Amino acid sequence: MADSSIASANSPLYAGRRRRNAIAKSLALAATIFGLGWLVLILGILVYKGIGGISLSVFTEMTPPPGAAGGLLNAIVGSLVLTILAVIIGTPIGILAGTYLAEYGRHDKLSSVVRFINDILLSAPSIVIGLFIYEIMVAPMGHFSGWAGAVALAVIVIPVVVRTTEDMLTLVPDTLREAAASIGLPRAHMIVRIAYRAAQAGIVTGILLAIARISGETAPLLFTALNNQFWSMNMNAPMPSLPVVIFQFALSPYEEWQKLAWTGALLITVTVLALSIIARSLTSPRKSS
Amino acid sequence: MDSGERDVSEVVLKGSTVTATEAASRSAVLKRLRVTDMVFHGLTRTAAMMVLALLSAVIISLVVGAAPALGTFGFGFLFDESWNPVTERFGALAPIYGTLVTSAIAMLIAVPVGLMIAFFLTELCPPMLRRPIGIAIELLAGIPSIIYGIWGLFVFAPFVQQYFQPFMIDTFANVPVLSTLFAGPPYGIGMFTAGLILAIMVLPFVTSISRDVFDAVPPVLKEAAYGVGCTTWEVFRYVVLPFTRVGVIGGFMLGLGRALGETMAVTFVIGNAHHVSASLFAPGTTISASIANEFTEAVGDLYTSSLIALGLILFFITFCVLAMARYMLMRLQMRAG
Repeated sequence: MADSSIASANSPLYAGRRRRNAIAKSLALAATIFGLGWLVLILGILVYKGIGGISLSVFTEMTPPPGAAGGLLNAIVGSLVLTILAVIIGTPIGILAGTYLAEYGRHDKLSSVVRFINDILLSAPSIVIGLFIYEIMVAPMGHFSGWAGAVALAVIVIPVVVRTTEDMLTLVPDTLREAAASIGLPRAHMIVRIAYRAAQAGIVTGILLAIARISGETAPLLFTALNNQFWSMNMNAPMPSLPVVIFQFALSPYEEWQKLAWTGALLITVTVLALSIIARSLTSPRKSS
Repeated sequence: MDSGERDVSEVVLKGSTVTATEAASRSAVLKRLRVTDMVFHGLTRTAAMMVLALLSAVIISLVVGAAPALGTFGFGFLFDESWNPVTERFGALAPIYGTLVTSAIAMLIAVPVGLMIAFFLTELCPPMLRRPIGIAIELLAGIPSIIYGIWGLFVFAPFVQQYFQPFMIDTFANVPVLSTLFAGPPYGIGMFTAGLILAIMVLPFVTSISRDVFDAVPPVLKEAAYGVGCTTWEVFRYVVLPFTRVGVIGGFMLGLGRALGETMAVTFVIGNAHHVSASLFAPGTTISASIANEFTEAVGDLYTSSLIALGLILFFITFCVLAMARYMLMRLQMRAG
């Protein structure tokens, strides 16, 4: 028995298997390094190109005309306004719909259809959302507007929030619901007082992830909010936003514009990565327990 | 909300000792609670319906917007390469071709690499590093696509142009099929570069879904395979992969859906040329890039409508791909649950 196992350990067949195993393992390691390498490369170059442009004037001055120095103030504020409005419009709908899926209609036919459609919306191309809002808002109103941009972003927020709200509410143990029901608490009160509180961190995570997602979105804003060279708080007029300004400036031949584009890109990336890391840290203790 | 709290405590706390007047007020409170419950139920149901309405509205608005173009060009729209705003002759062949080619390049690279990373994370990686590496890969997915675009245009495309493309063109100049694939001057921008950037963007999706489904393999199966003397690779190749096949393919499809619809990263580096060329190094266009580049500048209803028709085609393709992906992931879930 011992002899045969030693013999097989040295057989060419076993050597071949071991070699294949070693090759596969090193390929896997190489693939991982390759994947991480891109992250390092992208972030590294972004910091290298963008950090030089960071100065006070970026946050205090308007986007400049070609060939002049300036900042990104109007674009940053525009992005903030659009994002906040999109969250205000999209979050309540998302949370309520997620609540229906998890609480009232967990095994409904309607729920399974909504779940499926929501997953499709979650990964639908964002440029199509832009076209949709153009068709229903910009074309009838006859002009581009901040409202159209905010609604377009809200359409992207909804499926993200629906998904996380449902997932987080499903994690709430049913014993909590039963305990609430046993003291005569109506369902709506149970959901608002018990289930929402238990799932709070998860729902907030979902909203943060949605913000992270839309703060870098460009495609749906291109022909809804359009862009604006100047300070604008008028939601019925074209509204500047950081991603669209980056798009326009990066593709321009002017060096100052390209430099501002890199600075803006760095700002967006830092914001988005910070948001997603915060969102992750909110839910991670629960996961590990 | 405050009054609601009082209502509930009245009912709950004073439950046992009731006089006649209290009983009357109790039933009134109960009625009010029932009404709020019904209202809340209705609200959530309406919100859920709105998700359905949203998708229907997207489809209807795209169909209505695309109708003039589809009416003018008919089915020929799908197979016409011309794109001429002056003579108002439009066809979707070049954008469709570009979309499919760039996505194919992206998947060809991202699928094997993503699978190998998932293999590393689930079977080889020291437990301490699993979470950080997993998060780092997922951060790649969080980077906005416009960042990939600007990075691709200023950093990656020049690199491809200077080093990679001349090398490929020289190497394969005399190889029959490959010489057509890698032909033409090295522009840097073009379908190949766009495909590579898409690959980097899709990689985290493929990786994280594959990792999740690999993690769901019952340990008993793997242990049994190790028990009969399989190597790590053999366990992965002959036990884990076959067991998770459906989920892995679902993950690919999700990645593919992402690649097909990706706009900004591609728009920067595709070159926006409405041509169908055999060479991967040639500039081309994709559906989303055409819309992003031309929509605000489109004059004339037919031009705008043609672009919306492109959007409709894109939506249709991604809808099918995503629906298939969800179906497969659902099948896996049902088997696991």
